[in-house]
Amino acid sequence: MREELLKIIERNSRIDLKELAVILGAQEIDVVNELQALEDEGIICGYHTMIDWEKTSIEKVSALIEVRVTPQRGQGFDNIAERIYKYSEVTSVYLISGGYDLLVTLEGKSLKEISGFVSDKLSTLESVLSTATHFILKKYKDHGTILTKKYEDTREKVSP
Amino acid sequence: MKDMLSKQAVGLKPSGIRKFFDIVSEMKDAISLGVGEPDFDTPWHIRDEGIYSLEKGRTFYTSNSGLMELRQEICNYIKRKQGVSYDPKHEVLITVGGSEAIDIGLRAVINPGDEVLIPQPSFVSYEPCAIMAGGVPVIIELKEENEFRLTAEELENAITEKTKILILPFPNNPTGAIMEREDLEAIAEVIRKHDILVMSDEIYAELTYKEKHVSIIEMEGMRERTILINGFSKAYAMTGWRLGYACGPREILEQMTKLHQFAIMCAPTTSQYAAVEALRNGDGDVQEMKTAYNQRRRYLMNAFREMGLSCFEPFGAFYIFPCIKEFGITSEEFAERFLKEEKVAVVPGTAFGDCGEGFLRISYAYSLDTLKLAIGKLADFVGRLRGEK
Repeated sequence: MREELLKIIERNSRIDLKELAVILGAQEIDVVNELQALEDEGIICGYHTMIDWEKTSIEKVSALIEVRVTPQRGQGFDNIAERIYKYSEVTSVYLISGGYDLLVTLEGKSLKEISGFVSDKLSTLESVLSTATHFILKKYKDHGTILTKKYEDTREKVSP
Repeated sequence: MKDMLSKQAVGLKPSGIRKFFDIVSEMKDAISLGVGEPDFDTPWHIRDEGIYSLEKGRTFYTSNSGLMELRQEICNYIKRKQGVSYDPKHEVLITVGGSEAIDIGLRAVINPGDEVLIPQPSFVSYEPCAIMAGGVPVIIELKEENEFRLTAEELENAITEKTKILILPFPNNPTGAIMEREDLEAIAEVIRKHDILVMSDEIYAELTYKEKHVSIIEMEGMRERTILINGFSKAYAMTGWRLGYACGPREILEQMTKLHQFAIMCAPTTSQYAAVEALRNGDGDVQEMKTAYNQRRRYLMNAFREMGLSCFEPFGAFYIFPCIKEFGITSEEFAERFLKEEKVAVVPGTAFGDCGEGFLRISYAYSLDTLKLAIGKLADFVGRLRGEK
């Protein structure tokens, strides 16, 4: 049940518990216990909402920043990653294989705010060797959800 | 001009679905649960392969039987799923949907007056195809108390010395019924005893929610007397690509290939390339869609239970076949009133044979949200009908 349960709530965390039990073919109490276990094990880390901020009147700018760093003895990348993710404007930090080390995503009110963060805070960290900032212009698909188009049923209405 | 038309063609009853379709298509805001095809788009990697084949200029006929590459993949697939081998050179034919395979399969084996056993409720094409092939359809009325499975006794009772072939439509449209191994073993014995052929339409083979699908070809002595029909429409959400196939003994496939060659030439080339990709890399997609169907199936079963609407649990395809006999009106009346009063379209069971009377076909090839909306309306409607009594 675990994998199927996770896949369902990854798409819709607001699903009603009773309905969740029905479509999984399980008892409600078992679903409740499983969810609790998944939270306790840190597998379920939160129940967020996907928002397309573009469609609101609130100004928001996001960017992807490639960061090259010097790993520290005994700590690897963990220390520097922690120093970066503690900033509240940072929305994610990934350690990456390939041409650079950390991929940092950032949300801010304006281009200026983001470039300010990069030049004042990120670049000045001692182990940061270089950064490359990419501003996001448009989100087509995020977390498996297509943001630019709505599903339309184009089938014939009745067929054998 | 007098006698312009074929009496046989004129004599065919138009599909019961057609009439309903005409009413529904005029209602703009109607919710439909009447569709017999997946709601998913064809997985992108499969579509991409079709597009790529066009870019490369693969726009010519293939061999009559279809791309060798595809026939080989089909044989691999059947070997993998059913453990039965077919020779891709002589025992496989790629057709324009499973429907074409039904038509030419019957025409390849029927002589005038041969009886064709058709269990109903079932897909709308078998009876007219049998008639146009010169055969005499003999209907076996399946029963709800048997979960709409075909029993050995029912089969035995329908067989005469004129019986040529049995059509075996499982997993079933419209009932969602499946045949399990012991069901198939029992009827295989009868088939062997009377030495008849089988046309096994397994287009919904990938969509079973109990055990994995079992085919009649796995039973002793059945491969050599069975025309196996399958296709890409339901499993890979590829209805519009019009691609199916038939496998069977060489003698029969030779005749089918001849008929196919003269009527069709070959199945669409683009679709054939896409289908190769589907068979090679499509297992994950099938699994994902099947999981979604199963969730919806469970949702509907539970909703009917809560509504107090009697319904056997279907374990195949994407249909559920609730019984509405308690309301004392016909399936057609129910479906028409439901459409007019609640603007939800379902298909009356009678569209799939007279014995579908008292039942409705509800398709769950819809998102859970759509199903919820429609089921809410069904609950209202059912409540109102009960109040009227």
